[in-house]
Amino acid sequence: MPSNFSYPPMEQRRLIGKRISRVDGIEKAAGKAKYNSDVRPSGTLHAALLHCPHAHAKIRAIDVGAAKAMPGVTAIELMAAVGDEINWAMAEVAAVAATSEEVAREALTRIKVDYEVLPHLVREDKLEKVGNRAKPAGEVVSGDPDAAFKQADVVHEAEYGIPVITHCCLEPHGSVAAMNGDKVEFWPSTQNVSAVGDDLAKSLGVPATKVHTHMDFIGGGFGSKFQADKWGVAAAKLSKASGGKPVKLYLDRNPELTIAGVRPSLFGKVKIAAQKDGAITSWDSITWMTGGFVGGGINADLLPYVFRNIPNRRINHTAVATNAGTSRAWRAPNHPQLCYLTQSAMDDLAAKLGMDPLDFFGKNLGATARAAVYESQLRQAADMIGWKQNWKPRGASQGPVKRGLGLALGTWGGLGHNSECRATINPDGSVVIELGSQDIGTGTRTAILQVVAETLGLQMKDITLKIGDSSLPKSGASGGSTTIGGVSASSRLSAVAALDKLFEVAAQSLGVAPDQLEAVDGRIQVKGNSSKNLTWKAACAKLGVNTISETQRFESRNPRGMSTAGVGGVQMADVSVDIETGVVKMNKMVGVQDCGLIVNPKLADGQMHGGMIMSICAAIMEERVMDEATGRVLNGDMEFYKLALAGDIGELESKMDITPDHDKRGVIGLGEPSAVPGVTAIANAVANAIGVRVPVLPLTPRNVLNALAKRRLA
Amino acid sequence: MSSKKEPEVNPAPEQGFSRRGFLRGAGATSGALGAALLDQQEAAAAPAPPPVTAAGEASITLNINGKPTKVPVEPRTTLLDALRDRLELTGAKRVCDRGTCGACTVLVNGKTNYACSVLAIDVQGKSIQTIESLTAGGKSHPLIPAFANQDGLQCGYCTPGMMMAAKGLLDKTPKPTYEQIKAGLGGNICRCGTYVGLRKAVQEASGTLRGGNNA
Repeated sequence: MPSNFSYPPMEQRRLIGKRISRVDGIEKAAGKAKYNSDVRPSGTLHAALLHCPHAHAKIRAIDVGAAKAMPGVTAIELMAAVGDEINWAMAEVAAVAATSEEVAREALTRIKVDYEVLPHLVREDKLEKVGNRAKPAGEVVSGDPDAAFKQADVVHEAEYGIPVITHCCLEPHGSVAAMNGDKVEFWPSTQNVSAVGDDLAKSLGVPATKVHTHMDFIGGGFGSKFQADKWGVAAAKLSKASGGKPVKLYLDRNPELTIAGVRPSLFGKVKIAAQKDGAITSWDSITWMTGGFVGGGINADLLPYVFRNIPNRRINHTAVATNAGTSRAWRAPNHPQLCYLTQSAMDDLAAKLGMDPLDFFGKNLGATARAAVYESQLRQAADMIGWKQNWKPRGASQGPVKRGLGLALGTWGGLGHNSECRATINPDGSVVIELGSQDIGTGTRTAILQVVAETLGLQMKDITLKIGDSSLPKSGASGGSTTIGGVSASSRLSAVAALDKLFEVAAQSLGVAPDQLEAVDGRIQVKGNSSKNLTWKAACAKLGVNTISETQRFESRNPRGMSTAGVGGVQMADVSVDIETGVVKMNKMVGVQDCGLIVNPKLADGQMHGGMIMSICAAIMEERVMDEATGRVLNGDMEFYKLALAGDIGELESKMDITPDHDKRGVIGLGEPSAVPGVTAIANAVANAIGVRVPVLPLTPRNVLNALAKRRLA
Repeated sequence: MSSKKEPEVNPAPEQGFSRRGFLRGAGATSGALGAALLDQQEAAAAPAPPPVTAAGEASITLNINGKPTKVPVEPRTTLLDALRDRLELTGAKRVCDRGTCGACTVLVNGKTNYACSVLAIDVQGKSIQTIESLTAGGKSHPLIPAFANQDGLQCGYCTPGMMMAAKGLLDKTPKPTYEQIKAGLGGNICRCGTYVGLRKAVQEASGTLRGGNNA
């Protein structure tokens, strides 16, 4: 174990904690960053996929003869067999490799597939209509919810829903693969450089060591790009069948939105009770969701979200298998949906009590895991958005364009993942840092360089960083906000260990004990006597012909104070709603977030803004629309699958909750927590503005107008 | 071209009608086709069964970033696919591939265009500017440092399209208002959520450009 591996104290930091621009910003802005979807090694063949048009069908026959005979076609790989049951539309049936993409696509039109079409279920929003597709998870009860409801001063009961949305990564899923014998060169779009090859190897039946994964840049993942996927496997098989030539296979936009991962929905009947003073006494929820035919579920036992430590609760949850693409982890899995079901019901209960939600949420912080953190954050966020001056009771806003404020609270883990890093110091003074991690756009490269340069007393430009290659020391997948904690720790550990070795050599020249040395401003100097020093280069030259190479591993099960789990955040939204058109307009959104030691506040702001903007999209625009007649996704494109544009987001303000206490907890991830409370804050702001809850998201004009009409009819 | 042959040169796309198939079909019957290309296509389509595609590629010349550039294309090849798959100009990205997201934005005769929705053969004789032109001759357009300074990017996949949209805006409107910036970037989608930095980056670049011009 290297000495003094702890991060330097706040006041002594030179690079860590500073607003430094991302190191690959220029390369990306200039269009020079090569993504794997840009990679085309010499002789690359192009592949295209044939998809099943039916949501549920059995394959009676497949005829690829005419496609195979087409000039330019080099290989065809069947991805489904005769007799197979297809359980969602756009599922893969075959892949064709050809000398050009145009030829591959044309060959697809010559493949004949005979389907026996079977009945499908694609909608889950009405639980009573899903029949035997429901898989109840059983009941969880704590305390005595029924008695508590009877004794409560106020009880609120309502239904809420948040639909399936997609990841919509701009770079589609896919890869380039070249397979010769059992050796595979693999260029996928992945969040998992170190281990995605293992997944591919398993599917191909070759040893994991035979797959070499490369990836410098990824065009978005958001939790959907951990596996090699059927497309990666097909690309490798097509390559092998085409004599080992590289095969490029990336999804088109429609399958990207249909079969490459979605976020599960969550619907629920919620009953919540409180005393007159606002203290929540009881919760009862019957929830259901779909993650597709075989997708993951939602952990309803986290309800009521954040405020889970209330005395009485009953949880019933059901997963519904629909004939739709499989869900995948989506930035903060479970949390935004659970937050919406919980905190929109809480907001409605506050309205029923005639309480300001700021006071009502504040009153119940005892039921959260971090009351003091939230209390402070509620205060800070309220100041930022002018809550006290601007908040009016629900529906009090006058005129056809109504203005409202809303808030919500979120949480996440974010403990760093396992990560191994090798630090090399060469006799010429050059430093190389190597780890099999990836920068998914969060600024991982920049953070690592800040930590290493700080540790070695050098400039960031003095360090060569190598990531994005599976032959490097293994580092975890970028999911669950675990990367920054893991890679900061492993790079710190390995840099400290390498520096210790350099101190041993320099100490002999300087005539002091190694532990009397420090690395500052490009020098190795004696502590308290900086005139006694060697320049970095001179110290490294003392290595002679030897190179220092230190590999250190950070393990999340023993984080040694370099990272911890568990953060809190508050977001608030200010919206205007035109009750004649139903259009919701964002005025402002603010977020206050704790995430331990902040390596780079500039990049942290970027994560916060990104999380808030994704929340704006999910709250106001996003919804995967299924067609009951055909069983297909109706908006599997970017025109009708709506996302926010530069003019749709209002003004955003983020504040990292940097305090000595938070800082002591080490480096914690931010990608997920920033994306949790926003949806609910916006929905609550809309309810505050128009005086009525829009129960099922998104807050589209149709849903807003329907909610207003329902109130008029009531 | 004989209309009877049209179904053969324009076979049904993968899942029935699609915009891309339509676009490519339109290209196959476009008047912009060179005579040689037409002949080749007619010849390929002549032996009726089995159905034959608009076969083969022909070389055309495009004016890309100020240089006449030969590129082999099929009539249905989009400008974007010509740039990416045939010229290794991979800055422009293929994302929605149907003229919605803006990741493939280039300037054609100075105007922003979605390269996925333009056929390569239709931009012969026009001036095409791609993201690669912004670093030509070792000089960097002020938008590049501005995007980096303001952190107007995360994963970076929408970035080249955003850059070209921003350039198209600033070329026409050197001192855009905040509202004009929002509108100018309004044809481009970012999924990571970098609009805050993006809007500031265009303001910064506008300032740098005008400062440089003594405006």
